[in-house]
Amino acid sequence: MDIIKLEHVTKQYDDGFIALNDISLTIESGKFYSLLGPSGSGKTTILRIMAGFSEPTEGKVYFAGQDITALDASKRQINTVFQNYALFPHMNVYENVAFGLEIKKQKKSKIQAAVKDALHMVQLDDFANREISELSGGQQQRVAIARALVNQPKVLLLDESLSALDKHLRKDMQFELRAIQKKLGITFIFVTHDQEEALAMSDEIFVLDKGKIQQSGSPVDIYDEPVNDFVARFIGDSNIVLGRMVRDFEVEFVNRRFECADAGIPAGEKVEIVLRPEDLDLVRPEDGKLDVIVQSQLFLGDHYEIKAKDMDDNEWLIHSTNATQVGKEVGVFFDSEDIHVMRFGESEADFDKRLETYEGDETGEKR
Amino acid sequence: MKKNRLFFLLPYSLWILLFVIAPMILIAFDAFTGSHGEFTWSNFVQFFSDTTFLRMTLNSFWYAFLITVITLLISYPMAYILSHMKNQQFWLLLIILPTWINLLLKAYAFIGIFARDGLVNHFLSFFGIGPANILFTDFAFIFVATYIEIPFMILPIYNAICDIDPALINAARDLGASKWQVLGKIIWPLSRSGVESGIQAVFIPSLSLFMLTRLIGGNRVITLGTAIEEYFLTTMNWHMGSTIGVVLIVLMLIVMLTTNRKRHHQEVR
Repeated sequence: MDIIKLEHVTKQYDDGFIALNDISLTIESGKFYSLLGPSGSGKTTILRIMAGFSEPTEGKVYFAGQDITALDASKRQINTVFQNYALFPHMNVYENVAFGLEIKKQKKSKIQAAVKDALHMVQLDDFANREISELSGGQQQRVAIARALVNQPKVLLLDESLSALDKHLRKDMQFELRAIQKKLGITFIFVTHDQEEALAMSDEIFVLDKGKIQQSGSPVDIYDEPVNDFVARFIGDSNIVLGRMVRDFEVEFVNRRFECADAGIPAGEKVEIVLRPEDLDLVRPEDGKLDVIVQSQLFLGDHYEIKAKDMDDNEWLIHSTNATQVGKEVGVFFDSEDIHVMRFGESEADFDKRLETYEGDETGEKR
Repeated sequence: MKKNRLFFLLPYSLWILLFVIAPMILIAFDAFTGSHGEFTWSNFVQFFSDTTFLRMTLNSFWYAFLITVITLLISYPMAYILSHMKNQQFWLLLIILPTWINLLLKAYAFIGIFARDGLVNHFLSFFGIGPANILFTDFAFIFVATYIEIPFMILPIYNAICDIDPALINAARDLGASKWQVLGKIIWPLSRSGVESGIQAVFIPSLSLFMLTRLIGGNRVITLGTAIEEYFLTTMNWHMGSTIGVVLIVLMLIVMLTTNRKRHHQEVR
């Protein structure tokens, strides 16, 4: 079921800056979404429009089929976890969490029970009487989540909610948020600039840049088949080189021809090729599809990050679990499915259409 | 390093010592001595047994209270609206500007406005109501005192409201609070520090107002401030003047302590 729908939403500020440029998107009930993009991409603006803190210049917002474009934030069944938590400093933990219910004039006994449940869910059972200033960042984060969830919203918006936490805590919270979402079955919309976070948590990701949705889809789709080089560069590391389509399922780059998995592009068209560093394997020079010379090697704990150059001076980023030696000539091997071909200026819709022409099934897997 | 810091502290300490602590000691000394320099409680006994003094104290308190309440009622909405306006700096300047003008000049200006042949009475006569006695009434006194104190109330409240994180207001709205509930449950409690400083900045000086009581109030309103002035300058009884001064200082301390209370929370098991 669709719970939130944005139709042709544009947001232009008084100074003329266009934060959102004709955004249309549909949020289904019960899923975990991420709005992913660099700062200034418009992701927070979308969130503010959904929450009701900001009105679109043009376009409509629907909630469960009803037009809520002009509805006040206080009347929406949507709650928000704010970037810096925005906990009320003059109230203790209990009063913060109880705030929404007290506004709704619920019975005291009912409020107490609900607050207790909410604090239990975020594992802060014994913290009800603490002052906000006595809490750590992670605990404040949990209070903010409890304060939003206690109102039993249909949709929970999270605005860069984990970015202030240290790496370890962040990982923990990612798991926990995901678990809470699964347990409650409500829709989470998570705004982040951290691609790893978005990939790890989401059912579906909207990648945004310059006020436009660049691509949407499951984490796997977006990672494996970026539609343009913005998405390719923003999500994960990538090697991007210029190439030319020879014919269907064959592409030329670095002056060689390779078999690939893409079709439906006119022969001879200039394209961009994306190769993920972890799809590249180091082999003996005679077994490789490319010959490169290792320029540098960094040990990153779980893998080595290797920079190498081929004979045409193209730089290649390779992730390998095995070490090599700087200055050594090695071969690089990759499968034909690892080659992702991107057309210049192809929109997501065009991409999906092209995919259907040669894969023949609509629901399918995009590779 | 440490020596250096002490050096920089010196001018400030000297200032405090010479112009705050020393005068207070002198006042206390005078208050506890009689006309021959002997230690005595008699000044205080006289103060607390004479109904005139007690009435003056109550009077001072009552007028200071009225002035503070009226100032607050006007200033809080103004500070709130100001914090939401464009060109805030300009409007702030307009509020601060009158404080640059000497108090006496402002008082004389109001004499001109409120006098029998003044501006207000001209206006009233035009509608056939006046001329009325405005100058030398309680109303005039409170009106002018409020006018003078308003900037000192608006500024701390305005600063406190501006310091509130706008995300908190969004959060409250997000949780279902109406505009008035946001005002009552978030903005008011979070700007209370500003209100408290405003009250201190207005109430305490109002306790000892004396010039306005004469110029605008026509000496019909007699406060502790007026009394101190009388004792020091007219009857030259510095001991009694100091005694009233000590009482005033103690009252001010009480006001400061009561306006700095800590709030309490809902506790749950």
